Amino acid sequence: MSKYFSKLTSPVIAVILGLIVGAIIMLVSGYDPIAGYSSMIGGIVGDSYYVGESVRTIIPYILAGLAVAFAFRTGLFNIGVEGQLIVGWLAAVWVGIAFDLPRIIHLPLAILAGAAAGALWAFIPGYLKAKFRVHEVIVSIMLNYTALYVTNYLIRNVMTDKLDKTERIADTASLRSPFFESITDFSRMHWGIVVAIICVIIMWFILERTKTGFELKAVGFNQHASEYAGMSVNKNIILSMVISGAFAGLAGAMEGLGTFGYAAVKGGFTGMGFDGIAVALLGANTAIGVVLAALLFGGLKAGALNMPLETGIPSEIVDIVIALIIFFVASSYFIRWIAARFKKGVK
Amino acid sequence: MDFYQVLQIIIPSMIALAAPLIFTSLGGVFSERAGVINIGLEGLMVIGAFTGIVFNLMFADVFGEWTPWLAVLAAMIAGLLFSVLHAVACITFRADQTVSGVAINLLAVGLTMFLVKLIYDKGQTDRITETFPRIDVPLLSDIPFIGPILFSNGYYIVYIAILISFVVWYVLYKTPFGLRIRAVGEHPMAADTMGVNVTKIRYAAVLLSGAFGGIGGAIYATIFSNEFNHATINGQGFMAIAAMIFGKWHPIGAMGAALFFGLAQSLSIVGSSLPFFKDIPSVYLLIAPYVLTIIALTGFIGRADAPKASGQPYIKGKR
Repeated sequence: MSKYFSKLTSPVIAVILGLIVGAIIMLVSGYDPIAGYSSMIGGIVGDSYYVGESVRTIIPYILAGLAVAFAFRTGLFNIGVEGQLIVGWLAAVWVGIAFDLPRIIHLPLAILAGAAAGALWAFIPGYLKAKFRVHEVIVSIMLNYTALYVTNYLIRNVMTDKLDKTERIADTASLRSPFFESITDFSRMHWGIVVAIICVIIMWFILERTKTGFELKAVGFNQHASEYAGMSVNKNIILSMVISGAFAGLAGAMEGLGTFGYAAVKGGFTGMGFDGIAVALLGANTAIGVVLAALLFGGLKAGALNMPLETGIPSEIVDIVIALIIFFVASSYFIRWIAARFKKGVK
Repeated sequence: MDFYQVLQIIIPSMIALAAPLIFTSLGGVFSERAGVINIGLEGLMVIGAFTGIVFNLMFADVFGEWTPWLAVLAAMIAGLLFSVLHAVACITFRADQTVSGVAINLLAVGLTMFLVKLIYDKGQTDRITETFPRIDVPLLSDIPFIGPILFSNGYYIVYIAILISFVVWYVLYKTPFGLRIRAVGEHPMAADTMGVNVTKIRYAAVLLSGAFGGIGGAIYATIFSNEFNHATINGQGFMAIAAMIFGKWHPIGAMGAALFFGLAQSLSIVGSSLPFFKDIPSVYLLIAPYVLTIIALTGFIGRADAPKASGQPYIKGKR
């Protein structure tokens, strides 16, 4: 019991601190934090439409969070989720447009194309890390921008004739769900939530129940010991990045096949990849933790959209809160230090 | 259009685009040489750009043509203050430096856009009226052939950027402070044993990187975008990081890499109107800095190695 408690304390404290500082910022800016937060909560669960939109926001957050968390477990920092997500998005949409197949084949094919593209994009930093010992963080940052510009170019010049977005995907490749739409007052909630949940189970299964997962985690704990025990560190590094990239590509595919139904030229990043880092950190890199953290962050993001409408508070306050939560989680040494002082004082 | 005229178009725009990258990557050199990874340079540039533009809008009536210079100064201070967060998290609280940098980037965009909406009640600021004037450098622009290419139609701040990179080189390689920065980044325990205050030096280096990043952001916003919105600094900070790595963590190298990336950027903008370049799809020029950095890292153009202790918090007494 106490073990689980201490595991939970620092994320929970970080979230509370983040929300408190967010409230202080609202107060200093002349807004009412209570009205702000209650309009945000209204924007998350206020009525069935908001619930549907929140679930839709949470889908890519779960997958992006899984991607970052999976690589973290092997001791790798996949900051390239953003780029892998973008290429996954485009690949899924491309399959969705280019083929004419029955739904039972078309939809899985489009989803897998997204996963494969993300995996391929993540293979590059994995391979370079394994082969040349190049730091994966730098390579994947560079690949994020490469992905952004290359996909923009492909959309403008290859998939369309100088247009800013592709045509819509075929209905047979769409994740849109009339059922979910009808029960959530025509929100954009789609079947991607099922894909996300399956991926959560896959991640848990790989890491906790297979030999491969054991090796991946072992490499994350201690590369030298793993090498000495006869595991191939290089193989595991590449494998971990590839699986992580597949999750990221799926996150993009969910946006392409579910939420939007097309791929558009982007002026900048979607931000979901970077928020995935926040999700993974807060979720302590476990499958279930990622789900909880994605619920929180996805909810915050969806609820934020309601704040300017009801209270005039800029929705960016939620970005500030999320960034602060990352800060506090990252500085958990500080939180533990305070907690230790506090305990001593009590005794 | 002959080749000389092409140069007259490309070179000034290349140097101008390089200036923000030079300042920011020099900041990166300080921080990483002291052993603190600074992915947050992008965010620091955002803070600098925001401060520069807002200061410019508020005080243009008071300071007239001096406004952009003072705006850069204000941005420097803002960047320095903002980098305190990164320093405290990474050095005192031993946070993961990359994670803290990511948080800095998210926080910078969130905070500045929050303030923009608070102050201007819309998604971007007004446009500034006082920017840096284009000048011909006296005397130097009269040099035949190279004068019109290198010293005409430019900005003073751009030449200052190049001079500063030599100053940074001098500081890093010829002064005790620079030696301490490098020692702390390579082997903090050895430096500590010799009586160097690792914490203090690292704080100084991170704050310097904040100041430089702030300057870089303000220059970019003042010269190129003339306003501030969420996409003003779109990856310039990461490109500065690329320049720092491509320049092998050396001030002059970073400056050279920044100039080269400036060339790639300027070609992707003006290239479509020039002979020869208009046949190259701009996507190649847009991704060139990033792809080249990856190639440089893999060692095809000489190996680029990070300072040894970069990324590791220093914990006294731990081996």
